[in-house]
Amino acid sequence: MSSLLQTRGLTLAFGGLVVANGIDFNLEEGERLAVIGQNGAGKTTFINICTGLIRPTAGQVSFAGTDITGRSPRHIVRQGMARSFQLPQLFLDHSVRQCLELAGMARQPRLPFWRPLRRSADGAAVDRVLELVSLAERQHEPVSNLPEGQRKLLDVAMSLMLQPRLLIMDEPTSGVSSEEKHGVMEILMRALDEQKVTAIFVEHDVDIVRRYATRVAAWISGGIAADGKPDAVLADPTVQRQVLGV
Amino acid sequence: MRYTIYGAVALSVVVLGLAAAFPWLKLPLILALCYGLAALGIVVLLRAGQISFGHAMYACIAGYVVAYLSQRFPHLDGFALIGLGTLASLVAGMLIGAFVVRYREIFFGMLNLALSMVLFTLLGKFYAYTGGTDGLRVGRPTLLGVELARNGFETALLVLVLVCSLLVIWGVQRYFRSSAGEALMAMKSNEMRLEYLGISAKKLLWQGYVLSAGLCGLSGALFGLSQGLVTPEMGYWLRSGEFVFIAILGGSGHAVGAFVGALLYEFLKMYAAVLVSGAWQLLLGATLIVIIYFLPSGLTGLLRKRRAALGGEQ
Amino acid sequence: MLALLDGVSYAGLLFLVALGLTFIFGVVRILNVAHGSLYACGGYAAATLGLWMGQGGDSLALSLGALLGGALLVGIVLGTVLMLLLRQFQDRDPILQLLVTFGAFMIFEDLQRMIWGTQPYFVSDVVNQMGTSELLGVVYMNYQLLFVPGAAVAVYLLLQWFLRRTLMGRQIVAVTHDREVATAMGINAKRVAYLTFVVGAMLGSLGGALASPTTSLVPGIGADMIVLSFAVVASAGLGQISGALIVALMIGLARSFCVYLMPEMEVVMPYVIMVLVLLMRPQGLFTVAQARRI
Repeated sequence: MSSLLQTRGLTLAFGGLVVANGIDFNLEEGERLAVIGQNGAGKTTFINICTGLIRPTAGQVSFAGTDITGRSPRHIVRQGMARSFQLPQLFLDHSVRQCLELAGMARQPRLPFWRPLRRSADGAAVDRVLELVSLAERQHEPVSNLPEGQRKLLDVAMSLMLQPRLLIMDEPTSGVSSEEKHGVMEILMRALDEQKVTAIFVEHDVDIVRRYATRVAAWISGGIAADGKPDAVLADPTVQRQVLGV
Repeated sequence: MRYTIYGAVALSVVVLGLAAAFPWLKLPLILALCYGLAALGIVVLLRAGQISFGHAMYACIAGYVVAYLSQRFPHLDGFALIGLGTLASLVAGMLIGAFVVRYREIFFGMLNLALSMVLFTLLGKFYAYTGGTDGLRVGRPTLLGVELARNGFETALLVLVLVCSLLVIWGVQRYFRSSAGEALMAMKSNEMRLEYLGISAKKLLWQGYVLSAGLCGLSGALFGLSQGLVTPEMGYWLRSGEFVFIAILGGSGHAVGAFVGALLYEFLKMYAAVLVSGAWQLLLGATLIVIIYFLPSGLTGLLRKRRAALGGEQ
Repeated sequence: MLALLDGVSYAGLLFLVALGLTFIFGVVRILNVAHGSLYACGGYAAATLGLWMGQGGDSLALSLGALLGGALLVGIVLGTVLMLLLRQFQDRDPILQLLVTFGAFMIFEDLQRMIWGTQPYFVSDVVNQMGTSELLGVVYMNYQLLFVPGAAVAVYLLLQWFLRRTLMGRQIVAVTHDREVATAMGINAKRVAYLTFVVGAMLGSLGGALASPTTSLVPGIGADMIVLSFAVVASAGLGQISGALIVALMIGLARSFCVYLMPEMEVVMPYVIMVLVLLMRPQGLFTVAQARRI
């Protein structure tokens, strides 16, 4: 197993406010890392830096051995790191299937401007992903028809079409009703297993974390306070006090 | 694809039918189709969620190139003139597009406006080269080697513009349905997502921009040839506004919309001129407001809604 | 230099018109294309009133009264019409709102032509009534030299006082900054919007009225003026009042220097400046917030 994502001394500071405090971090291929922490602890900031949305003030990020510090999101995605969003980012004027077709086409160096999308797209791959996330029945419906849980699945599905090596999911079950939560996670994990994708997911729900993560990292005030096996981290007194509010 | 065929057939029937029945309508029909071509250019950008208030400059550039060449090289065939005029606009679009596509929304619109006004004022001032506000005359060239008298020329031009329009409708619709075209439309709803898929939104917009510049250029070249005259007015902001008006009227649901909108626009103008003599602007202004109120997605917007309601793409 | 004084005078007029435009945008976030009509109609109304009241006579007070009266009348009437119209499109896409104002502009253009015809109007009594001054051996009309710039500065200061010191003015500022919070605090946003429209419209028509004694009023000046005002407003930053003053001055001076040094570029100047500013700082020279640029 090789190191997939690595950060060294990653720092982000605005004036006096330090949002990321010299973070050293390493993720191996095949891991399922859950990131936990209070709102404002710096989890999303860390992800935003790793995925290229924000440039760090200091430090480095490397992906599969390549330095990606300060590169654009587009470049990083093409390296093999994909991301899904807390608020699903979908193409609201298109259908479910079209979103996946577009995501699939994104892997091409050039987008053709003559052949129709549905003919250029890898139909079999789209069908497979639709099956994986159980959206096959609704594939021709406009995205705006989907309920929140399925929108989240679509968001992740779009990232899966990219066949990434690492998928970062920002709160994949937030906004999803408690009945649906486990269902959604089961589907997601199954899909990730199928495609052999390493995953990081930010989560607030402790049950979800305990059940689906192979490793947990707890964020407090811009830094990693605890990092290790789920049981160990979740039992850590500092984590219990400052993150879980126990 | 069905709609493209219906639309194309309907358009041809209407245009040719009217021209045959009322020969004096030939020139207005040509001009209407030219407006449609330019409006389609705006529609391309509308699909990406951007509006340019300066695209008349591309019609202007092509028109002036055609005029200049027709005077300098009177033996050049009409087809060559049109081709060269459109090419000039395409090149201009490529150059200007390269830095304009970094801007969005109102800034995109204003930057294009500013550039078109620079062109407009320059054309008006440099009398020696451009004929100033009087403009340049465009000679009547041969068409495919054939010399034509005024009447025949007009008929030939009408057929030419109609054929161009039909080809353009077909081509642009294919573009809209292609990967690049659908991605361009995705820009409107979620540009960030495109970037996070690894697609360059700037490149997409540039492609769309160049296409729209070419369409406006083709429009201007044909316009100049039909009018026999090009003036700086062709690049004035009011002209750009008319293009936007027609684009909104026709909607961005299908490429044929721009032409339907243009025909409607031209006929409203004529109708108003006859009925209320000289208050056509008032009528058009009121129409625009009414359309925006009831049909903000334009005429072809109804098509999209119907398609969405029926659940899915064809 | 002589160019300086010319430029300042021109800048004064430009500022007044641009002020109305940027003021309305600042509060209701609408770029009012019909502002050009306000300028034109303000001018026509002032000219008509001047003809009617002055009858070629010699009363400065009457002439000035005509100017102000014309401006006020047009401002209130058209401003109210515009506001009522735009209220129907309150929650729509800003681009659609802009197109609605474009439609309104087209309507006003024809109305203007129907009321006043196509023959040029030129009512310049007030210019003669104000007399001349001699500076550096050149004779200047006091109207252009002193009155117009003076009026511009006066209006600017008056507006700033109004916005900072009066209750109504401060309510406008509150709504400009955050409409929701202002409404939550009990401010009647609708009334504020109405007032802003009328004030902005009056500023536009005042510009036209003040310009009327020195320009020939013909159909089409509205269109020319609106795009020129856009140049000022966009370069300064949408909604920036003080910025508009400075940019108007810049453009005025740039133009007059051009007239002396490179006459052909005179008309092009404002748009070249606009292009340069939009390229380098799209949010305008004086805005603090970031523009949407990828």
